[in-house]
Amino acid sequence: MALKTFKRGTVAPERKEATRNQAIQKSSVPEKVYLPLAEGPGEPAKPVVKKGDEVKAGQLLAEAQGNWGLPVRASISGTVEGIVERALVSGQSGKAIVIAAAGEESSPALEPLGEKIEDLDPAAIITRVQEAGILGMGGAAFPAHIKLAPPEGVTIDTVIINGAECEPYLTCDEKIMEEKPEEIVKGLQILMQATGAKEGIIGVKGHKKKALEGLEKAAEGLPAIRTCALADKYPQGAEKMLIDAILRRRVPKGGLPFQVGVVVNNVQTAVAVKEAVLDGQSLLKRVVTVTGSGVNEPKDIEVYVGTLAAEVVEMAGGLKEEAGKVVHGGPLMGISQHNLDFPLGKSTAGLLILSEEEAHLPREWECIRCARCVDNCPMFLNPISLANFSQFDRLEDMERFSIMECIECGTCSYICPAKKPLVQRIILGKGALRAAQRKNAGRD
Amino acid sequence: MEDKKLLITPAPHIRSGDTVPGVMEGVIFALVPAMFAAAYFFGFAALQIILTCILACVVTEALWVYARKKDVRAYLGDGSAVVTGILLAFTLPPTTPLWTAALGGIIGISLGKHIFGGLGYNVFNPALVGRAFLTVSFPSLMTNWVFDGVTVATPLEHYAATEYITSYWDLFVGSIGGCLGETSAILILLGGAYLLYRGIIDWRLALGYAGTVVIFALLLGRDPIFHLFSGGLILGAIFMITDPVTSPIGRKARWVYAIGAGLLVMVIRIWGAAPGGVLYSILLMNATVPLLDRYLPDRIFGEVSKK
Repeated sequence: MALKTFKRGTVAPERKEATRNQAIQKSSVPEKVYLPLAEGPGEPAKPVVKKGDEVKAGQLLAEAQGNWGLPVRASISGTVEGIVERALVSGQSGKAIVIAAAGEESSPALEPLGEKIEDLDPAAIITRVQEAGILGMGGAAFPAHIKLAPPEGVTIDTVIINGAECEPYLTCDEKIMEEKPEEIVKGLQILMQATGAKEGIIGVKGHKKKALEGLEKAAEGLPAIRTCALADKYPQGAEKMLIDAILRRRVPKGGLPFQVGVVVNNVQTAVAVKEAVLDGQSLLKRVVTVTGSGVNEPKDIEVYVGTLAAEVVEMAGGLKEEAGKVVHGGPLMGISQHNLDFPLGKSTAGLLILSEEEAHLPREWECIRCARCVDNCPMFLNPISLANFSQFDRLEDMERFSIMECIECGTCSYICPAKKPLVQRIILGKGALRAAQRKNAGRD
Repeated sequence: MEDKKLLITPAPHIRSGDTVPGVMEGVIFALVPAMFAAAYFFGFAALQIILTCILACVVTEALWVYARKKDVRAYLGDGSAVVTGILLAFTLPPTTPLWTAALGGIIGISLGKHIFGGLGYNVFNPALVGRAFLTVSFPSLMTNWVFDGVTVATPLEHYAATEYITSYWDLFVGSIGGCLGETSAILILLGGAYLLYRGIIDWRLALGYAGTVVIFALLLGRDPIFHLFSGGLILGAIFMITDPVTSPIGRKARWVYAIGAGLLVMVIRIWGAAPGGVLYSILLMNATVPLLDRYLPDRIFGEVSKK
């Protein structure tokens, strides 16, 4: 069968061999975890425990605030050491609850919602997804319950599970698809029940044969669920590109997937939903790919949320002498880190450690206007013009050329023969435009 | 580990292997077959002119870069001056005196490239600026097709004088009078195929240009094959109109640019008095590029037609 894909985009090297053929390794319980009060766009949660409290894994530590907020739950059993201000990912700082490990893992803190998916109440599923603290595990950290409750009058006909994993190096989703296909399919069924969708599709790159076979087997006898084999292109895993590839529907400019009747969730999010609804298990662990030429034993590790990056890297054999850059996420969109002193979140898909040699930026040349950035931009934008407008603060031009539609996938910078930092300039431009718009709104 | 210095850079953290010098090397490689044709049909004279042009372009570029206090070696390393030199030589008759060829290179690189700020900033194709300068300054030298003691009219001149149409085979293979690089259509197309395969040139530009010429010729009842393979049209379609620096970035703008140039060639060839339709069609359209890019933005993903 022909592989499905979107228009434009590029082919990035895979570099997944180091971790692809190993089973997911389970992490031992870390000595301490640091659980930030906020991850993603929601409001920080309000702590309900204090220093010295004994807590069980899964227990509520901080209550969700506002519609978009998520609760914080203990990822390990132990003693609350306090609520500290500390370094989080990407040089941000914020409040985090510290738990020192003690005692055994405990039974789930929540009750299963039921056994038969078709009997579950959609509203109860959505509440449970929030209670369990589930957010977009592909990296976006968007609260899952918000996606599942589109505005009044919107019909969702399809739920897509995103197994594209188009970032090079990362294999955590691939391994989850190979090891837990039944859970993914059950999670998909639950998401369909919650949204009323008639069809469920799992999008996986065609060359991930083992994952596809496992998922197809797990979906046998379920006519509403199918897999879709995708071409090996970047950024295939971007929501809009995935929907276009699978359903030939284009999310309108400035819009969201629900406007074309679709909800998209990552494979690990689907597993988390299944565990929350059918097992009463909150989102306390996730699989992270620790890889790159700067780490001794690259592997996929199931880690407890809140484990420090330094500890996770030790589980992968530690840094090599030549390590020169630590990237949170994948190589195309990930953010380089100052050090390894930050806790891993629910949306951390990878820790990529590059050698010093790979870490340096390539030499820049003059732009020869070759237009490869235009011809490869999956959003059909004009990256070089946007980057130039951004450099010279030409806000009106940025707006006229739809800068806000940039999904920041980095294809333009990747492909550029002059090695211009295109996406970086565009991101700065978006920030400048947003700030100007906010200022104007304040004046009106 | 704590004292380990980690490098902080913006994403993406991996880059494709393509570089600007890589692109220029690709273009030079694609020009080699046509260089062989030039050497085959015009002999040693052709090689002398090509080398002179390259040398003139590279030396002029070096002087400009030096005068602008930039790193000469780094700038010359991009290879673009060599491309300009070869392309300029390809537009010259085999009888061109070497000093004239060199002058074309000096003017092309100076007035065509460096007064705009060098590679990437020039509005006009430097090789064509050099050639246009020679055409207006030394018109008789630029239309002197006497070679090996025999006067050979170019197919277009022959046609203008007697409506004689050169055989398609001769046009295609290149055993015709003409400038160095524009005689053998098949070897130019071979280079073009390589450039397309490498993703260095855009088929839209080549097709838009050549396609417009064919359609225009058909509409006027002229011989489309003759128009396609005579003059510098194939050379222009593969190596000139596709020059990234002087063609638009936007896709819609690229189509308008290429079709506009195609129309101009035919207007000049059919109603114009001077030869050099390809030369002026591209130079004139070069001037429109900034405006085309500015006022013809492409429709983006998920944008609904405004019709």
